[in-house]
Amino acid sequence: MGILERMMSKSEQKKVYKKLSKSSIIVNLSVIFVIFIVLNTLINTGVLNRYYSTILVLILVAIIMSTSLNIGTGFLGQLILGHAGFMAIGAYTAALIGIALNDVIVNDFLFISRNLIIFVIAGSGAMFTASIAGLLVGTPALRLRGDYLGIMTLGFGEIVRVIITNLEITNGAQGLMGIPRLMTFPIAFWTTVIVVLIIYLFMSSRHGRAILSIREDEIASESVGINITKYKIMGFVLASLFGGLGGAVFAFQGGFLAPVSFGFIKSVEIFVIVVLGGMGSISGAIIAAIILTFLPELLREFDQYRLLLYSGLLVVTMLFRPQGLMGTKELDPKKQIRKVYRFIKKIIKKDINKGSDL
Amino acid sequence: MAILEVNDLTIKFGGLTAVDNFNIKVEDNELVGLIGPNGAGKTTVFNLLTGVYEPTDGTIFIDGKNTKGKKPSQIVMLGSSRTFQNIRLFKEMSVLDNIKVAYHNEMTYNLLSSIIKNKKFKEEEARANMVAIELLSVFGLEGYKEELAKNLPYGKQRKLEIARALATNPKLLLLDEPAAGMNPQETEELMDTIKLVKDRFKVSVLLIEHDMKLVMGICERIVVIDYGKIIAKGSPQEIRKNKDVIKAYLGE
Repeated sequence: MGILERMMSKSEQKKVYKKLSKSSIIVNLSVIFVIFIVLNTLINTGVLNRYYSTILVLILVAIIMSTSLNIGTGFLGQLILGHAGFMAIGAYTAALIGIALNDVIVNDFLFISRNLIIFVIAGSGAMFTASIAGLLVGTPALRLRGDYLGIMTLGFGEIVRVIITNLEITNGAQGLMGIPRLMTFPIAFWTTVIVVLIIYLFMSSRHGRAILSIREDEIASESVGINITKYKIMGFVLASLFGGLGGAVFAFQGGFLAPVSFGFIKSVEIFVIVVLGGMGSISGAIIAAIILTFLPELLREFDQYRLLLYSGLLVVTMLFRPQGLMGTKELDPKKQIRKVYRFIKKIIKKDINKGSDL
Repeated sequence: MAILEVNDLTIKFGGLTAVDNFNIKVEDNELVGLIGPNGAGKTTVFNLLTGVYEPTDGTIFIDGKNTKGKKPSQIVMLGSSRTFQNIRLFKEMSVLDNIKVAYHNEMTYNLLSSIIKNKKFKEEEARANMVAIELLSVFGLEGYKEELAKNLPYGKQRKLEIARALATNPKLLLLDEPAAGMNPQETEELMDTIKLVKDRFKVSVLLIEHDMKLVMGICERIVVIDYGKIIAKGSPQEIRKNKDVIKAYLGE
């Protein structure tokens, strides 16, 4: 304290304070709200049938999974190849809690729907177990770097899958049945919005900057006073926590869980989304999640070529856009709206000018 | 009281004694140069001071506090800050964010306030912004604040690194070859910058440098080491005439 503070006056402080609070969050939230209303009416009126609404929820799951992995891989810069492991832990925890609560909570509470209550409880349980797993794996694993960390997390994902296959409570390889299918589009949508928003807000704070600086240069980061062990673990735990929540949404969507759906391939799928979208771009991960979930559904007939598509996409991305679709940039709806607005204004002006010429 | 006090600092790598019985005292607002031929152990001394290496023997006091057993990030909080021989900026982050990362420990808001963005968050972030812009303007970098750090020209990257080190609010600034790779004109400019920093921020500076013009020009006191041992101490005039120093640099 002292030297630096003296450099500015109180009034100057206030000026910057005002500028900071004038954020574009309100604009962005209203855009999200419009998207929600449009999609929700389309589903309610039956324009989008059950098949498409299922795909929509799967896209939302992919968005949660990829934005959460983005904390660990994109922002913290660590190679994590076992994200499906956290998803599995979250999914099974939520499913087991959901099955147990299904008979206990039968009525809506006041105006809160029963589905939401069960999901909130089960989802919190999923986040809890997944973050504990993240802490247990992350603490020793983050001593490793690069490929070695990749191998270790890959091993973790496989261990989780094998454990689930051999446990009785998870009904082993046969899969867990009878999970209440209580996932509705609104619940999934707003869960995703909240997750993305929290990650975005987190990344624009001092904690987020500390995590970014570790990706850029660990030694320099430590030399300006960042506790890199703490922030590495924090990033890893946050990634696993939201990964677990993604698993919970997934569990209540299908009503059935099998260990095979959380194999190595699932981890790679999520990883590819992050790489394609741009390591360290939240909006990039969202766009890539939409494309990479929707595309395979369109190409249902060529299902066995799905992995081929993934690897092909990765190769093409690495060749032509190694930084991913968005790089480290973010898509800001406010900016886009302003662009469109200016464009329209220009056209109108042109028309008026033309009018005066005549 | 001395800002930096080092007593009998020794480090051994296997059979090699890289730094042997190193003693130094840096007073408040003093500019001290550390010179020596290649491989003399200058950067090793810096790595010991910043906690990258654990000394085999000896003690280091920064602002009266022992650094023993502390991690580099904790030593920064005692009040010392450094730059690197080969620039280490956060390349893919903006110039402004580079400074704000270093201001991390001056802010206290927790994880929850960074998500709900309460008053404390906004005030502290606003303060961080102000400080960062002020610091950048001291170095003439305020026009580049939105630029990515990697896009700055070399000389400006050096300045940004010094600015970043200052953002941790240090009492002692450790500069590792700040003039490396600079042309004479840039070096001249750097000398002015270092003097300015010392006067304006009231910090003590310990710098390693090979450029004799810079060292002789601005240092108040010089310490010369060779093979990990101090061979001479004194003012620039004394060092210039010292027989041991001439021998170390030019041979017999």
